[in-house]
Amino acid sequence: MKRFLIPLGIFIVLVIFLGIGLKLNPREVPSPLIGKPAPDFRLALLSDPSRQMSPADLRGKVWLFNVWASWCGSCRQEHDLLLSLARQGSLPVYGMDYKDQPGDAQAVLARFGNPYVETFIDLDGRAAIDYGVYGVPETYLIDKNGTIRYKHTGPLTREVLDGKILPLAKELQR
Amino acid sequence: MRLNMKLAQRAGLAIFALWFPLAAVAGEAVPVAEDPVLEQRMIALSEDLRCLVCQNESLAGSRAELAQDLRQEIRDQLRAGKSDKEVINYLTQRYGDFVLYKPPLKPLTWLLWFGPFVLLIGAAGGFYLYLKRRGARLAGESLSAEEKQRVEALLRNNGNES
Amino acid sequence: MIPELGHFSLILALLLALVQGILPLAGAARNNPAWIAVAKPAARAQFLFVAIAFGALAWSFLSNDFSVINVTRNSHSRLPEVYRFTATWGSHEGSMLLWTFILGMWTVAVTLFSRHLPDDMVARVVGVMGLVSFGFLLFLLSTSNPFLRMPMAMDGSDLNPLLQDPGMVVHPPILYMGYVGFSVAFAFALTALLSGKLDASWARWSRPWTTAAWSFLTIGIMMGSWWAYYELGWGGWWFWDPVENASLMPWLVGTALIHSLAVTEKRGSFKAWTVFLAIGAFSLSLLGTFLVRSGVLSSVHSFATDPARGLFILIFLAVVIGGSLLLFALRASQVGLGGRFALVSRESFLMVNNILLLTATGSVLLGTLYPLFLDALGLGKISVGPPYFNSVFVPLVSPLIFLAGLGPLARWKQVNVPELAHRLKWGFGASVVAALLLPFTQETWQPLVSLGILLALWIAVTVVISVRARMRTAAGWSANFYGMHLAHLGVAVTVIGVTMVSSYQTERNMRMAVGDTVTMQGYTFRFGGVTDVTGPNYTGARGMLEVSRNGKPLTTLYPEKRVYVASGMPFTESAIDYGFTRDLYTALGERLDGGAWSVRLFHKPFVVWIWIGSVLMALGGFMAITDRRYRTSRKKGRVQA
Repeated sequence: MKRFLIPLGIFIVLVIFLGIGLKLNPREVPSPLIGKPAPDFRLALLSDPSRQMSPADLRGKVWLFNVWASWCGSCRQEHDLLLSLARQGSLPVYGMDYKDQPGDAQAVLARFGNPYVETFIDLDGRAAIDYGVYGVPETYLIDKNGTIRYKHTGPLTREVLDGKILPLAKELQR
Repeated sequence: MRLNMKLAQRAGLAIFALWFPLAAVAGEAVPVAEDPVLEQRMIALSEDLRCLVCQNESLAGSRAELAQDLRQEIRDQLRAGKSDKEVINYLTQRYGDFVLYKPPLKPLTWLLWFGPFVLLIGAAGGFYLYLKRRGARLAGESLSAEEKQRVEALLRNNGNES
Repeated sequence: MIPELGHFSLILALLLALVQGILPLAGAARNNPAWIAVAKPAARAQFLFVAIAFGALAWSFLSNDFSVINVTRNSHSRLPEVYRFTATWGSHEGSMLLWTFILGMWTVAVTLFSRHLPDDMVARVVGVMGLVSFGFLLFLLSTSNPFLRMPMAMDGSDLNPLLQDPGMVVHPPILYMGYVGFSVAFAFALTALLSGKLDASWARWSRPWTTAAWSFLTIGIMMGSWWAYYELGWGGWWFWDPVENASLMPWLVGTALIHSLAVTEKRGSFKAWTVFLAIGAFSLSLLGTFLVRSGVLSSVHSFATDPARGLFILIFLAVVIGGSLLLFALRASQVGLGGRFALVSRESFLMVNNILLLTATGSVLLGTLYPLFLDALGLGKISVGPPYFNSVFVPLVSPLIFLAGLGPLARWKQVNVPELAHRLKWGFGASVVAALLLPFTQETWQPLVSLGILLALWIAVTVVISVRARMRTAAGWSANFYGMHLAHLGVAVTVIGVTMVSSYQTERNMRMAVGDTVTMQGYTFRFGGVTDVTGPNYTGARGMLEVSRNGKPLTTLYPEKRVYVASGMPFTESAIDYGFTRDLYTALGERLDGGAWSVRLFHKPFVVWIWIGSVLMALGGFMAITDRRYRTSRKKGRVQA
């Protein structure tokens, strides 16, 4: 009798896992970069392409790094949220314009408002690869020492921002 | 629609017959890749890597833009003299083990890699024990007269049928 | 109006399925002939209403009724008529309806071909199938109703271009014939557990149904593989995608079931095991449905997913499979042992076959679900892909194929080892020598090629020995015997195809301007340029490649690149010159600067053998079903208990 129960036991375990699986997103890739230093780069700025900047220049600040593009529809979804964050002023937002025409990106910012302190221009997407970007928008929280502390894939939501990013940023700013 | 294709193919064959002399003067095509050997290495490598934005495709098979960029990155790194291992390290540092279609052997994947063979050995062992127990139980049952008859019938019937 | 008729029919079918599921089972338990008699008419009426619903959906597609959401999402007014029809099962909802429709077909088939079975047994089989059908109809009506309406849309968003293919006309129905066909074996197994009558005649009755389902599944998988080969543009024939694995797992267990049914029927052994496999094969069909439709795994082929659907199927799975396994645990221990056999006997060989097949199934399941396990435990994300499956599968399947040669020559109960060795030594020796030498005719010698050839030759040689031995005796025609050998030969043919194409494929990615030529494996491809094409619902570019060999024109291939109007998505249509010993596979790539195009050219030796072999396997299965003894009734099966 007992050994005939083995298949049922295995099946029950399987069902539990499948049940948990229903709540997970198989396509979301966790970043191995969390807790690691933010990869360095030196890129031209959207505000003035003759000027270059690097994340190293932001040492000593806690900042939000938002990868976006003018051709990215879901980036528009989070735009208002970023604008309100920028107005609030508690956490500076730096953008990276991913594989885009700088002119298009400037037009978007002119039309919908500019939440970014500065926006890096990543024309060929190389810098984004270093950050493990696989779909825009993606958002990283970087601390005073230049360490990546949090990553969000996909458009930011109010819940993620208020529930995770801002409390963590507050803690890091101390 | 397929029928149309057939017709078109036949028509094409006719055109071909007319054109054939021209073929002799045509040039030899060149590979798209500048360095076919390197390209082969890149493809072999990227076949075992997962395209991150796709549903479930290899980096080699995907037409997604990120996949193209990553293929180019792999190409560049190989050209710069990096080993396959270094390229794979480069990718796992950025995207984690998720990019590897062949999960690395580590405690978390022991069950994955050894599971099938443990299962096989376990099942074979279980079957052997079952046979021994079964033999003992069958030996314990003495045959009734009716059963003996059945056994004989079996022996007769069982010659050649599969 | 017609969609409402379909909707209403589905509701009636649901009620009838409930009747079909409850009354006959209760009747069989209480020995109430009136309730037992409900089984057949209820099953047939249920099928009739599902058929009406199916027809209504097909009609909505054919008549471009864009007020039906399902039609709007999966069709387009400019979609050719054939594909408007096949779009009926192109979506999640429609394919679920097809599933239920086919379940009804199998149930009706059981009611028609079971005249020689005891009434209470038929009632139980039909009852179990009724309950399964009830679950699916409830699923359709509650989460996946294909008849929902909305304000009339201007036009549809088109059927997924990958599905706009002649292969998709027949592939899903045949595949489902296989998946759903295992429900018959499942219902027979539950019947045996419920009634406690688990004897050799039970195995004899469920054998042809199992073999039929298995044969359909074989063809279904083969078509899926072939479709992926020509349609996905990469010339691969198996990707170890979760959806493919979901079809492979029931196939592997079904294969094990066919073999263990043979033992149970012939020798009365392994009864509990056989019942377990019958439950397992159908359970894995259901699990596959869950995996494809719940979104827990990411796959190239998955349907649009919805967590509510996933939850419903999971609960359904838990009830159906959990209930069956519980019943199994309660009843299986009471089953007798069956005939005696030695450690080296055909019984043992078949059990080893089963162990290998189940281990292979377990590995596929483990590999498919392992990322999910780790993720669920919060241990990170990994991917498990072809390198894993190949490295685990080959060592498990190789001994299995070796046994397929040995098994049919082994005697039941006890093998006379010296005698068997004597009969086989020449055949084995010749296979080894040929396997070592044959690869030298190709450019490189590779150990895996020799292994593949050895296994294929070994099967071929043993089939010849076995058939010759039978012809020498007075034994007459046996569809079962020859069907089995045909199926085994099919395995050999598939093994050759897999071995050759995996080891000796040539691939080129060339830059070709008009008039440029490429020579590969003795074939010369001349690029004749690209012309624009306009299809009914797409526009595109058609390349022209003239193929010649030794200066003699052979054929002209027209690989295409299409952009479908409604979705705007680009797709590659490969062009293939099929051949018995090689395929020439071409695909048009991108337009490059200077008017040239990138063109992919493949030389794929023996690739069609993969599918020819699969067809032979299925034909072997269909042949075995015609065996006379499945039609003669209870008398003969009684001799062996």
